[in-house]
Amino acid sequence: MKRVLCILLASICLLSLCGCHGSAERHTFAVPDTFDESQTYEITFWAKNDTNLTQVAIYEQTIEEFEKIYPSIHVNLRLYTDYGRIYNDVITNIATDTTPNVCVTYPDHIATYLTGEGTVVPLDDLLHDKKYGLGGSEVRFDAPTAEEIVPQFLSECYVNGNCYALPFMRSTEACYVNKTYVEKLGYTLPEMLTWDFVWEVSEAAMATDADGNFLVNGQKVMIPFIYKSTDNMMISMLKQSNGGYSTASGEIEIFNDTTKEILYTIAEHAGTRAFSTFKISSYPANFLNAGQCIFAIDSTAGATWMGSDAPLVDISEDALIDFETVVMPIPQQDTEHPQMISQGPSVCIFNKEDSGEVLASWLFAQYLLTNDVQIAYSQTEGYVPVTHKAQNSAEYQDYLSREGENNELYYAIKLQAAKLLLNNTENTFVTPVFNGSASLRDAAGQLVESVTKSVRRKETVDEAYMEKLFADTTSLYRLDQITADGSGKVVLGEMPTASIVLLCSLGGIWICLGAYYLAESVKKRKK
Amino acid sequence: MKKIIALALVCVMALALVACTGDNSAVTTNAPESTVAPETTLAPETTAAPEVKVMSYAEYDAAALDSAVVIEAYVQAHQSWWDNKITVYAQDEDGAYFLYEMACSEEDAAKLVPGTKIRVSGYKSAWAGEVEIIDSTFEIIEGNYVAEPTDVTALLGTDDLIKHQNKLVSFKGMTVKAIEYKNGAPGDDIYVTVSYNGNDYSFCVEMYLTGPDTDVYKAVQALNVGDVVDIEGFLYWYEGVNTHITAVSAAK
Repeated sequence: MKRVLCILLASICLLSLCGCHGSAERHTFAVPDTFDESQTYEITFWAKNDTNLTQVAIYEQTIEEFEKIYPSIHVNLRLYTDYGRIYNDVITNIATDTTPNVCVTYPDHIATYLTGEGTVVPLDDLLHDKKYGLGGSEVRFDAPTAEEIVPQFLSECYVNGNCYALPFMRSTEACYVNKTYVEKLGYTLPEMLTWDFVWEVSEAAMATDADGNFLVNGQKVMIPFIYKSTDNMMISMLKQSNGGYSTASGEIEIFNDTTKEILYTIAEHAGTRAFSTFKISSYPANFLNAGQCIFAIDSTAGATWMGSDAPLVDISEDALIDFETVVMPIPQQDTEHPQMISQGPSVCIFNKEDSGEVLASWLFAQYLLTNDVQIAYSQTEGYVPVTHKAQNSAEYQDYLSREGENNELYYAIKLQAAKLLLNNTENTFVTPVFNGSASLRDAAGQLVESVTKSVRRKETVDEAYMEKLFADTTSLYRLDQITADGSGKVVLGEMPTASIVLLCSLGGIWICLGAYYLAESVKKRKK
Repeated sequence: MKKIIALALVCVMALALVACTGDNSAVTTNAPESTVAPETTLAPETTAAPEVKVMSYAEYDAAALDSAVVIEAYVQAHQSWWDNKITVYAQDEDGAYFLYEMACSEEDAAKLVPGTKIRVSGYKSAWAGEVEIIDSTFEIIEGNYVAEPTDVTALLGTDDLIKHQNKLVSFKGMTVKAIEYKNGAPGDDIYVTVSYNGNDYSFCVEMYLTGPDTDVYKAVQALNVGDVVDIEGFLYWYEGVNTHITAVSAAK
């Protein structure tokens, strides 16, 4: 009886431990055999637009068309204009188990979402499912196959060896150049921009007359070089210089001598006010279009805002200046081997209890890759479609051939921006994705912003400054808490007191049980 | 001995249950809390503002861009708190300040009701024409003042309008020319184009200041092109005047 009691209690203890482990994990999604359309599915789609109402209209049109094909699925659209807000809202909603079904995202963000295990659906099985996979037999629209997605773009959606997203659109960065002013300053644009050229021309543009008007534009304002995304700036400069950023598994390498050299260079030109950033000054496009900037680096997905004839403008008409705009790759260290970032929205699917709901989400995500959606959306900005199927279609090729026919759909700068990526897809790169890579990216940008602000504030930027900046940035973005095992786990800190007490008690009880058993055995022998 | 063991086991089971309960919530919420989230709770800047004496509005106005500033002013309104930052519209009897993304805990944000006096340390900056204080911290001090709107209708289109930047102001007899949602549908900012004396001006219902549930958001939604209205708001600047509307009513 005592033995039975002991075994029973030990079993309960073990069961209680098992119960603790992963008690709140969501079940793993398995592709259902059939899509049950007797049910109605209400799915939410969190999308990002570039403050571009045409994009909004395309999302709405896409949903309308999709719901006609699948009447049992209703898609609710929620729009954002900022990836950061989506990221923060998703994190909040993971905690309350109210994530959207389909969400525009960046792989860096997915790596963070994955810390809630089972939160994001791995798409590996879905991609190749014969019935419901990409171009599957039961899919009711003309979807691309997995092989028809540009491999480089699809590979960007893998985290820890699993595919967690579908690419939706791709862009890169471009340098939108006021060629008129470059030539007015006595320079000729090279085939490929170098950093040295951009810095030199920028400094030359700072000359003023006795009244403080800049000679190149005759105005009181001139910021020759403005970078929109300073995280991309640092990342690209490091990549081109073979400077460390991070290892694939998440070891932080950014705090190195190459980074310091880059920051000293930036400080030099921020000090003369030849360089500034979006966060410090404003949108590069506004300065470019007002003739107050010569090199404006922004996404190709911002091309419709760039140039004298831009269809989207945020400044008053009387502030617009007439000049020739040239779309070029970002400045390079090695012009023979150009390198530029690959970016753009992807979509992930969040796991739900009802596998039918997840399948409905997948079908919608897949619908976003159809030619109609891909081509229409890519035409709203300097995006490129993510499938060869769309890129090679007659409709898209016709679009590309009509560059400059008007200043709306065929706006020359926008088409040149798209072609820049199409011609340089093999020259693009992405940064490693791991839990914490989003923070590292923010930190990279913060380094540039901090140095730029500091020199504007007349602070001394020297070795001591750099050491403090590195230490503060590490602390601010908690980069010292990122582990390098690639598992996406972070250091969780000390074990809670309750857990320590529990484990000690369990250990103690096993000792007591052992002691009791021994004592009983001894008693029996004596008897 | 049996009793002791039984008691110990009961305690262990109880602890196990408690620990499991804790774990459950941890697993649910662990994802965001254990992530390496940026910019939370930590000061956003790497350098502290140097010691500067409290400035009058005139001294602040005269201060160079990018210089360290310390001012005392009264909160008039703020945008929604987010990520340990808050954007505040502040004013005193002499002028107004836009305190962009001031470091602020959620607990302190609740204390920033209209009228609250604060001392702010940061840097004077300008973004797209909007003069603001950035990278700032604050402390609440004794005092209370709620500004009345200043009628600046007559200053529209003049160089004097910008002298009232960031103040609570009013415009009388503005004609609505266009209403446009930032995202094409209700929920985000509303862009309102109004005209006065033949010139158009772009105003805005800033959703982080006055969101879709507020009276002013609903009132602007109900406006029609051609309506003649009186408008109150904060004289924000974005490549020109871009008032953040806080109240709208039929013109009197």
